[in-house]
Amino acid sequence: MDISGNQLIPAGREEVWRALNDPEVLKACIPGCDSLEKTSDTEMNAQVTTKIGPVKAKFKGAVTLENINPPESYTITGEGKGGVAGFAKGGADVKLSEADGGTMLEYSAKAQVGGKLAQLGSRLIDSTARKMAEDFFTKFSETVAGPPATEAESKPEAAPAAVAALDSGADAGAASQPARPVETAVSAETETPSAADDTKVFGGPMAVKACTLLAAQADGSEVVTLEGVGSADALHPVQAAFREHHGLQCGFCTPGMIMSAIDMINRYGAGNLDEATIRAELEGNICRCTGYHNIVKAIKAASDQMAGMAQAAERREDTAQTGVTAGSWRTSRAFEGPGTSGGGPDFGRKRMAIEGIGARALRKEDKRFLTGKGQYTDDMVMPGMGHAAFVRSPHAHAKVTGVDASAALAMPGVDAVLTGDQLVGDGIGNLICGWMIHSKDGTPMKMGGWRALEHEVVRHVGQAVAVVVADTAAQARDAADAVVVDYEELPAVVDPVAALEPGAPQIHPEAEGNLIYDWEIGDAAAVDAAFAGAAHVTKMEIRNNRLVPNPMEPRAALASYNDAEEHHTLYTTSQNPHVARLVLSAFYNVAPEHKLRVIAPDVGGGFGSKIYIYPEEMVCLWASKRVGRPVKWVSDRTEAFLTDAHGRDHVSEAELALDADNKIVGLRVKTIANLGAYMSLFSSAVPTYLYATLLSGQYNIPAIHANVKTVYTNTTAVDAYRGAGRPEATYLLERIMETAAREVGLSPADFRRKNFIKEFPHQTPVIMCYDAGDYDATLDAALQAADHAGFAARKAEAASRGKLRGIGISCYIEACGIAPSAAVGSLGAGVGLWESAEVRVNPVGTVEVLTGSHSHGQGHETTFAQLICERFGLDSDAVSIVHGDTDKVQFGMGTYGSRSGAVGMSAIVKALDKVEAKAKKIAAHLMEAAEGDIQIEGGELKVAGTDKKLSFTEVALAAYTGHNLPEGMEPGLKEGAFYDPSNFTFPAGTYVCEVEVDPETGKTEIISFVAADDFGNIINPMIVEGQVHGGLVQGIGQALLENAAYDESGQLLTASYMDYTMPRADDVPSFSLSTHVTECPGNPLGMKGCGEAGAIGSPPAVINAITDAIGSNDLTMPATPEKVWQLCQAQMKQAAE
Amino acid sequence: MSDIEQIPVTVTVNGKKVQRFVEPRTLLIHFLREELNLTGPHIGCETSHCGACTVEMNGMSVKSCTMFAAQANGAELTTIEGMANPDGTLSALQEGFRQMHGLQCGFCTPGMITRAHTLLKENPNPTEEEIRMGIAGNLCRCTGYQNIVKAIQYAAEKLNQPETQEAAE
Repeated sequence: MDISGNQLIPAGREEVWRALNDPEVLKACIPGCDSLEKTSDTEMNAQVTTKIGPVKAKFKGAVTLENINPPESYTITGEGKGGVAGFAKGGADVKLSEADGGTMLEYSAKAQVGGKLAQLGSRLIDSTARKMAEDFFTKFSETVAGPPATEAESKPEAAPAAVAALDSGADAGAASQPARPVETAVSAETETPSAADDTKVFGGPMAVKACTLLAAQADGSEVVTLEGVGSADALHPVQAAFREHHGLQCGFCTPGMIMSAIDMINRYGAGNLDEATIRAELEGNICRCTGYHNIVKAIKAASDQMAGMAQAAERREDTAQTGVTAGSWRTSRAFEGPGTSGGGPDFGRKRMAIEGIGARALRKEDKRFLTGKGQYTDDMVMPGMGHAAFVRSPHAHAKVTGVDASAALAMPGVDAVLTGDQLVGDGIGNLICGWMIHSKDGTPMKMGGWRALEHEVVRHVGQAVAVVVADTAAQARDAADAVVVDYEELPAVVDPVAALEPGAPQIHPEAEGNLIYDWEIGDAAAVDAAFAGAAHVTKMEIRNNRLVPNPMEPRAALASYNDAEEHHTLYTTSQNPHVARLVLSAFYNVAPEHKLRVIAPDVGGGFGSKIYIYPEEMVCLWASKRVGRPVKWVSDRTEAFLTDAHGRDHVSEAELALDADNKIVGLRVKTIANLGAYMSLFSSAVPTYLYATLLSGQYNIPAIHANVKTVYTNTTAVDAYRGAGRPEATYLLERIMETAAREVGLSPADFRRKNFIKEFPHQTPVIMCYDAGDYDATLDAALQAADHAGFAARKAEAASRGKLRGIGISCYIEACGIAPSAAVGSLGAGVGLWESAEVRVNPVGTVEVLTGSHSHGQGHETTFAQLICERFGLDSDAVSIVHGDTDKVQFGMGTYGSRSGAVGMSAIVKALDKVEAKAKKIAAHLMEAAEGDIQIEGGELKVAGTDKKLSFTEVALAAYTGHNLPEGMEPGLKEGAFYDPSNFTFPAGTYVCEVEVDPETGKTEIISFVAADDFGNIINPMIVEGQVHGGLVQGIGQALLENAAYDESGQLLTASYMDYTMPRADDVPSFSLSTHVTECPGNPLGMKGCGEAGAIGSPPAVINAITDAIGSNDLTMPATPEKVWQLCQAQMKQAAE
Repeated sequence: MSDIEQIPVTVTVNGKKVQRFVEPRTLLIHFLREELNLTGPHIGCETSHCGACTVEMNGMSVKSCTMFAAQANGAELTTIEGMANPDGTLSALQEGFRQMHGLQCGFCTPGMITRAHTLLKENPNPTEEEIRMGIAGNLCRCTGYQNIVKAIQYAAEKLNQPETQEAAE
């Protein structure tokens, strides 16, 4: 790009020339200049921070001057490197001439940008560059002509880095200081709106994102990764603080988070970070699990502690002279409870107390995640491994008329190109939906065929048509681009309402009019009667926006086949490896179950999206056999957006009927749910049994009727995402409750309280029988914590500043631990929903627990171990939890629906009961005591009332030597159990959100967010809080930011982090949490489940708060500034009229 | 990162041309096992004595543990991984070892079969004595060689009866 211009500066030419050569003047005038230093007469080093569109970058570089002809002209050239952001290079001729009224400065620059910058589009770059040029000259002119540049006069002539910087910084549009190419001086910090899982400290104290940096750009640099920060035995204070404050769950984002945190502390100085700064600085790193709350706490604590360490070191030096032992912070830490402050190098300390039920035990899994030793699927390699890349449809709906792979097959490293006809030829089955739903007329749901590779009709953008296997991932991708697919485009439909209209494009031959089923629940006649006699009816249309789950680890698969053994192995990102094996075997016919090992190693979050068995994983398994080598595939983020099952996407009409006393008498709901192009594994159950059965909420509603129609559209499949049906029900109910309260003039809290269910068990009209709860308790607690009483004063104060305050309530209920198996079977489930466990006591008294649950951030390795520690009085180091491998654990149903605690742990309790009984029998025999007199306490089996005792280890050893066991007893100490719950569990609670809206911009700020939850009994409060934080941020994300948007032709407009707005640390507040226990009577631990509550309860609280603030109820999610601003404008217009 | 100069080695292994950059001191067995992931050939003695590392190079049996990879530059190599028939079924030799129980622990087997393969090309009708002489460079500690000899005889017989082979296929 060329930029030229001129500027008349009202000052003499000599003066202008001096200023043009003065680093101080230039530094002051260059927009975003952080430093400018002269290195020789003709060279300067400069650093400029600039932001173009979404890319913010620090550019470092040097500038060289040529053709110097004082005081008339010079030429500057250089190249600036902005690291991940890209580069800019260029040159500029600057000329000064005497003119009327001062000096005329003319400049003419040529510039070139590359890397990420170049992808921003020339319009954005040009306009930014021109703006920067203008800004510079305006300021330069003011500086020179205004108060004479006295400083400049006092300094010797300096090299004129800056005009160029400016010019070319400006013109380069980004670039910065044109710089002399200095090979090793690259040091950059950039921010793009992508997740920074690979942030590295690079070239000194600067964090960079390694995913968008060429290795060559780092040539000669010193690079530090998490592996170089601390070891498991000697954690860096930041690592220790992340553990102490539970600042990690699945561990996938953690390496990048820690590197960013260290960088941040380095730059600001230990002890100089506050919450706002930390959140702003973390903007470039996305975490999907923690909700940032605990990450912020951890960084703050580490920063403060590192400052304290510096002080302590000074103290140590002082006291060393007087002979007093220093390091008092270290000893004092040992007496503090976990979770109280910032961790430290005492990571390996022994915690003396047994960490049983209720303890805030720090996580056992943290060590590997904090030190970069986590093993996710993409970290696995196999000898001879090939890489897969998929050829995907660019059309939302099209016939595939031909696939020509000849060019791809001729490319280097390419092994094979496989297509759907080969898949079908090998007898591989279609993907299925595993939950049968019948329409109200009794007909079964209409399931359209779904092939893992489609060679006839593609039905959404991104559907896989072929797969390439090659030696490297890059070769596979290049070859995938070279596969020529001929399509004949068909009309597409993306809107679920439009898809049901006559004449809409027909997506599957099996489903006429795109209707999958037309289902109902409840008593329509009773509801009609209730509405007929109602004193007030509130009606609303409610949309629940489409979301993309976005776990930070994209899906991945690594499959191998041993032809000699006819045995397959599949490493994959699964929440339920056994279910994956069952489906791959029984339905897809890829491999028989006993010849297939599925391993879900460390999995970086799931949130529902990793329950399902997708085409790609299955194709890798199949291809590894066909190609005769292991095959690996790792989704990129855009593939994840196009193929991971989406969530929500409901359009509903709701009507609520009240009697004269404002008691609810009936609820009528009609919902259209978009299931996308294909029926994913559990998709049919989500808008039915996981949704409509929760429509009674926390309220006594005598009559409910819901009608749900599910439809096919030319969009990605929709299935369960965190909450799955329950967020949709809660949003609908809590929006209409709030609206009804406003309509009848009751306070929303009082209206809810008036209609609360007070007695348990309570049978709702929509199947569910609530077993226990105290809804007043959580409402009271939340209102108190939110200082609801003081809201009016805060609203008035905000109004005085021109801001609109609002407060919103949401009282949610959720149903977890979907069960019992017989009941879900009768409702159409294809599997039972029990869980298994096996407790193995080793001869030395250590314990392994095998569970069918899977942990991908939830901390099972810690909480499950707490059960064993509690039962046998063992140290948690003596207990290991084994999960995620079908060769180790016999069978299990996996983790989803907040079931691991209530169902998974209950199975462990059953197995523990058996182990305990056998251990007591052995102890009684060995000590010649009655079995009933044996008590287990502190790791010992004691005879009550005597001093006789055996250690747990002695009893375990006796069980395995078998030398002296009770008559007829088998040796060994190992027991298994299957647990099938008797009912769902019903966590519930109240969330209160207070917002402040700026009517000038439409921006919503969450001032405070309070959660009061009843999860029943809690094993580890620290982990429960972490689950709530993470859920809340996903829910707030739905309410304010996130939305999967398609255009009319079926292109997903939000298929990257540039367009899909993920909640970042500076978008959300820290939270105020409390829990209030009513025990669940349905399981031995009295637990309910906590994984999804945050995502279920929070969206309506946010929207109720915003609508309260702006006085308009017509708001859809996400409540973007634009929508809110429009409503504010309309309100103001209305008020003016 | 090592500062040692890396040299290119290009070979055709089991019909596939591959190139890797390796240190000049790299032995062929390490090149096969570590660079190409062909872990069939084994390392049993590092001194040419045991023959577990035997591969075929340009039609001759070589012990890959005492050859530089660079010495194989441009050569055609066959390892145990390239022994099976193109359709994936066992070759006559592999089938012979199976039928005659010519292996127990399996460690010497890749070298043994690769050696026998070359032996039968050189001498399609070996006597027992010639077989024993022919595999004298390959040690086996499990089988006592008796069944290995029988396995090679089985293969020789089968390879000399093309009609039988066709029928079998």
